[in-house]
Amino acid sequence: MSIERPSSHDFPPEAEGMDLVYCRPETLTDLPFHYCPGCAHSVVHRVLMEVVDEMNIQDKTVGVAPVGCSVFAYNYMNVDMQEAAHGRATAVATGIKRVLPDRYVFTYQGDGDLAAIGTAETIHTVNRGENILMVFINNGIYGMTGGQMAPTSLLGQVTTTSPYGRQVEFAGHPIKIADLLIQLPGAYYVTRQAVHNPNAVRKLKKALTKSFQYQKEGRGTCFVEVVSNCPSGWKMTPVETIKYLEEQMFPLYPLGDLKKPEN
Amino acid sequence: MKKEKNKNGEARLMKGNEALAEAAIRADIDAYFGYPITPQSEILEYLEREIPKRHGMVIQAESEIASINMIYGAAGAGARVMTSSSSPGISLMQEGLSYIASAQLPCLVVNVVRGGPGLGTIQPSQGDYFQATKGGGHGDYHLIVLAPASVQEMADFVFDGFRLAEKYRNPAMILTDGALGQMMEKVILPEEGSLEKVKKPWATTGKSATRDRNIITSLFIQPEKMEEVNHELQAKYKKIQDEVRFEEIQIKDAEIILVAFGLSSRICQKTVDLAREKGLRVGLLRPITLYPFPYQRLKELAGQVDFMMSVEMNAGQMVQDVKLAVEGKVPVYFKGRMGGMIPTPEDVLQEIESVFNKENVLQD
Repeated sequence: MSIERPSSHDFPPEAEGMDLVYCRPETLTDLPFHYCPGCAHSVVHRVLMEVVDEMNIQDKTVGVAPVGCSVFAYNYMNVDMQEAAHGRATAVATGIKRVLPDRYVFTYQGDGDLAAIGTAETIHTVNRGENILMVFINNGIYGMTGGQMAPTSLLGQVTTTSPYGRQVEFAGHPIKIADLLIQLPGAYYVTRQAVHNPNAVRKLKKALTKSFQYQKEGRGTCFVEVVSNCPSGWKMTPVETIKYLEEQMFPLYPLGDLKKPEN
Repeated sequence: MKKEKNKNGEARLMKGNEALAEAAIRADIDAYFGYPITPQSEILEYLEREIPKRHGMVIQAESEIASINMIYGAAGAGARVMTSSSSPGISLMQEGLSYIASAQLPCLVVNVVRGGPGLGTIQPSQGDYFQATKGGGHGDYHLIVLAPASVQEMADFVFDGFRLAEKYRNPAMILTDGALGQMMEKVILPEEGSLEKVKKPWATTGKSATRDRNIITSLFIQPEKMEEVNHELQAKYKKIQDEVRFEEIQIKDAEIILVAFGLSSRICQKTVDLAREKGLRVGLLRPITLYPFPYQRLKELAGQVDFMMSVEMNAGQMVQDVKLAVEGKVPVYFKGRMGGMIPTPEDVLQEIESVFNKENVLQD
C-alpha cells in the first residue's frame, strides 16, 4: 500500500522513486513531543490525528485539552482546540457541542482530571448523552505533578503520596470509571483499549473511528479509555512498564468493549 | 393577544429576574447554562420555558462549576452566552471566570446577590462588591461590572453587558441583588434582534484550510509570555476606563454627597429628598459601572463638598474606592446594613445628620 506524498513533508532526494508507506499524519504538527521517552501519550495523539485525517474532518473537529501531562495537546494536534480547567473538559466540550452541533468534539483527559476532580462533570456529561468523544488516558498516576497517587492507582501502588503503597483505609479502591459510566443510558459506546503493542494500537484506532462515526450519527457519548503507562512516575523503563501493564493493570482494567451498540 | 402586542416598545409589568431573562432572548443569546439558586432561579426557569419556543439553547448544568465551564467552551466557540447565579454559586464560578478573563472570552454573568458569608441568607445584599470589582478569582484580572438600580436596567444592561463584553473580549457581570431580582416594575423591553453580532475570527469553529488552528487557552508557561499577556490585559483594562458610567442626582449645589449603587441608590434618592426638606444640601452619585469605577468624577467633586458618605448593603466595601478617589481631600463616611438587611432612607438621613453635627463641631 502506498500513501500519496504529502506536500508538507520533507522527502529526501535519495528516496525518489520509492513509495512512502508511513508518515506523520497531516493533522499532527511537526513539533517534537515533550512527553517522556516511552510514554504512550504520543502514540495516542498520533492515532487520534490519523483518524481525523482519514475521516477528513480536520475542519470540523474541535478538541479540548485537560490539565495533566497532555495539557499541551493543542501544540501537537492541528485542529481548533480549547484548554480547559482541571477536570472541566467535558463541561467545556458540552458548551462547544451545544452551540456547534455539527462539529466533531472530543476531550482528551487523564485519570486525575476525569476520575477525581472532574467526576461530577464526567458523570453528568455522559448522563446527558452529550454527543462527544471522551478519550480517557488511565495510567494510574499523576504524571505532570511528579508521580502522586491517582484515583485509579492500584492497591499497594507506591507513589510520592502513597509512599507505603495505596491503602484502602485512606484512599479507597481504584475507581473503575468506565464500569460506572456504562450504567448510564447516555453512554452509547464505552470501550477500554491500550497501545502497548501494534495490535492494541490498531484496535484503538478502530474504536476512535467508530466513535467519530457514532458522533456523526448523533448517538450519544462515546468513551474510549486507554490503559496507559508512565515510565517516569512508575520509575520503570518503558519495556518494564509494558510488563507491568500486562501483569498488574490489565487484570484490574481488562481490555475490550464494556458497552457497545446493540445490533 | 395582549402579550403579543407588548413585544416591542410597550411598557410591561415584570419581575427583575424575568425582565433580564426576556432581554437575554431579545439579545439573541445562543446559549444559557445555569444552576438553580435563590433568589435568581426565575432566570433559569424563564429561559427553560421560553427558549425552546423561540431560539437559542438552554441547559441546566449539574453545578455552577459546570455552568461556567460550559460558558467557557461555548464562548470560545464564538457563541453569545450567559449564565446567572447568586453569591454562593458565583463563588463556585470564580476559577472559571479567571480562566475566561485570561483567555479573553466575551460572556455575561449575572450575580443576583444575597446575604453572606457562607450559605448566608436569601435576602438582598451588596456583599459581593469586592469579589465582583477586584477580579474575584486568582490572578490580575477584572470583569466589566454593571449595577442596575431598576427592573428597566435589569433588562437594558443585558444588552450593554454583551456590547462591552464583545467589544473588549472580556467577561461582563451584572451585579444586582435579590430585591431587584424579585421586585416588579414597569419595563420597556429592548427590541429583539437589535444587538449586533460581532465577528469572532479567533473562535474554535473548526480549522479551515485557509487559517491556522485557533487555540483558546489561559496557559502561558513561559514567564516572559505570561507577563506579556498580563501587560495586554492591563492595557485593555486601561481602555475600559473610558466606559465609566454614573448618574448624578442633585449634585450641582450639594455639600454632602452620598455614593450608592443598585438598590442602595434607590434608597438614597429618597434620603436626598428628605434631607433637602430639612435644608441639608445632599446629592447622590450613583456609579452605574462598578468596574470601571468613577474615581475621576468623585475626585473632582471632592473639592465642593464637606463630606461624602458611601451607603451600601454590606460592611463597607465600595467606601474604600470612594476614599481612594478623593485622595484624603474630604472625609468619607459609611452607612450600611449587612446580612440581607436593607437600610431605610431615614436610617441614612439620621447618619448624615449625626455626621453633619460632628463635622460642624470639629470645624468650630
